[in-house]
Amino acid sequence: MSKYQYVPEPALVKGDHDFASLTRLVTDINLRPTPKGWYLAMIGANALLFTMVVAIGYLIWEGTGIWGLNNPVGWGWAIINFVWWVGIGHAGTLISAILFLFRQDWRTAINRFAEAMTIFAVMCAGVFPAIHVGRIWAIYWVFPIPNQMAMWPNFNSPLLWDVFAVSTYFTVSFLFWYVGLVPDLATIRDRATDKVRKVAYGIFSLGWTGSNRHWWNYEKAYMILAGLATPLVLSVHTIVSFDFAVSMIPGWHTTIFPPYFVAGAIFSGFAMVLTLMIVARKIYGMKEIMTDDHMEKMNIVILVTGSMVGFAYMMEFFIAWYSGVEYEQAIFILRATGPYAWAYWAMMTCNVLSPQFFWSKKLRRSVGFTFFISIVVNIGMWFERFVITVTSLANDYLPSSWDYYSPTIWDVLTYVGTFGLFFTMFLLFLRFLPMVALAEVKAVIPQADPHNYDEETNEYHAPEIEVPEPQSKKV
Amino acid sequence: MSTNKQENLYGIVAEFKNPKELIDVAKTMSKSGFSKFDTFSPFPIHGMDKAMNLKKSKLGWIVFGHALIGFFGAIAMMYYMSVIDYPINISGKPFFNAPAWVPITFELTVLLSSFGAVFGMFFLNGLPKLNNPLFNVPRFKKVTDDAFFACIEADDNMFEADKVKKLFEEAGATHIEEVYE
Repeated sequence: MSKYQYVPEPALVKGDHDFASLTRLVTDINLRPTPKGWYLAMIGANALLFTMVVAIGYLIWEGTGIWGLNNPVGWGWAIINFVWWVGIGHAGTLISAILFLFRQDWRTAINRFAEAMTIFAVMCAGVFPAIHVGRIWAIYWVFPIPNQMAMWPNFNSPLLWDVFAVSTYFTVSFLFWYVGLVPDLATIRDRATDKVRKVAYGIFSLGWTGSNRHWWNYEKAYMILAGLATPLVLSVHTIVSFDFAVSMIPGWHTTIFPPYFVAGAIFSGFAMVLTLMIVARKIYGMKEIMTDDHMEKMNIVILVTGSMVGFAYMMEFFIAWYSGVEYEQAIFILRATGPYAWAYWAMMTCNVLSPQFFWSKKLRRSVGFTFFISIVVNIGMWFERFVITVTSLANDYLPSSWDYYSPTIWDVLTYVGTFGLFFTMFLLFLRFLPMVALAEVKAVIPQADPHNYDEETNEYHAPEIEVPEPQSKKV
Repeated sequence: MSTNKQENLYGIVAEFKNPKELIDVAKTMSKSGFSKFDTFSPFPIHGMDKAMNLKKSKLGWIVFGHALIGFFGAIAMMYYMSVIDYPINISGKPFFNAPAWVPITFELTVLLSSFGAVFGMFFLNGLPKLNNPLFNVPRFKKVTDDAFFACIEADDNMFEADKVKKLFEEAGATHIEEVYE
């Protein structure tokens, strides 16, 4: 007996599934009549969406004075919510691109789902920069298109970099998502029996036949897109952090911001994917595809990125002290003990403490606990953006100009309303599009590998696991 | 379906049981010297490119071309706008402020490359395609579910209906059918 024991990777799809049963499991959702519960959820989401429309309508009518902004704090909930939503929107592309490059096949169960979440989160994020300018009819000035002043945008400004970063991110994520959807839309087209579905899915599946000559280019395109999206996803939150880091405000002007923002974005994005996945897989009976093993792997990512965020918090403190700059030191002490200490400690508890529970395998695999932590993490990440934005602005260089910032009801309604936008889009997605990347899941089950068929009889046999013999001595 | 069948023969399709058989028949087809053949499956099959003897995809070059357009296009745009057309002095920084232009240059390079990757892929695949004779075969609907098909087109120089059918039969096809345009 060797002291080593070989632990095989858990199967990616649980249960006794073949290609046809996977097809049915995923696409029946889109083909059967709309369930009543969906309508109820849609009414709720639409009510929130309506709230957002009213809040934005009043903002355009009345101006940004309806928000709680004051003299030192000229950037309030709008930027907080923007960064929060964009951060959440980082998980989808991370799962589809980076995990693809690392050959993490478990991503196939959740990538469609997470990419959809990304696109909708970026939509919600995009609302805030557009409306926070006050004169929304002049927002096209951020784009390099001719205007009546004959002036062009200032390409030296991080805020303009943001315009390019976020719009590129949205476009590329959307294309990536659509490319993945085409073969699955073709599956629904071929299974549909009614005229409307046949035509609609037929148009959007572009005449896909599953030709292997097509798959060949398709896989190449998918890999190139993954290669492009990987630096893109890292660049987007880097550039978002430049909105802060390039300025001269104490607590913002630090070089740790880009990696720290990216880690935080992945942290909150994975938490949001988990929140949605745990609910959706229960309602739609997807537990055999989105298994507890997936949840555990994602919890490990949350643990790692949460610890990175915690490290960044401490490093910020250290550098503030080490820099010897009075204002830097003051702002960090004020964050922990000043007027917004409640927000700071809420952030520390939610972001640094709560993910540490995932060192325990039992808790990582507990559905209820994961659901709870996934929500706590996103509350914490909202507070992180609040602490960064508000404390630095409210207490900057000149104490005589300090002021306390509080939001108004319109700040709250706009923020809550974006959930309406998010869930409306998400419900439409669940109803009309395949929520699991079907072709990709089929490709990772053992039946898809030609090597798992007998050379002579062509019959399927389950793959045998070869346990490597441990080497007796070092080579 | 046309009444004059012989004139409009598009090709012959055969259904196979599993990915292994599809790979085997792909090898047979390419070794027998056919060029206008194809295999169809619900997912990409590992090793099919070698079995079908497919050439390397040209997509990389398309993407590279787009990347160059994005990169130089971004710099040209910013140079024209900030240096030539309407220079604005911003805190005494140079008009051609190369470090500050890195993010936008990067983003536009990625954006154009992605357009190249997605639209280039659809272009190489001849999609969107409004009509495909294969859709005249009712069984072919299963190809996006759990079925594996091979097809040899009538346009192929070596195409002879009887020989093709025999090839598919020997490869173990469960169903063989002629496809008409």
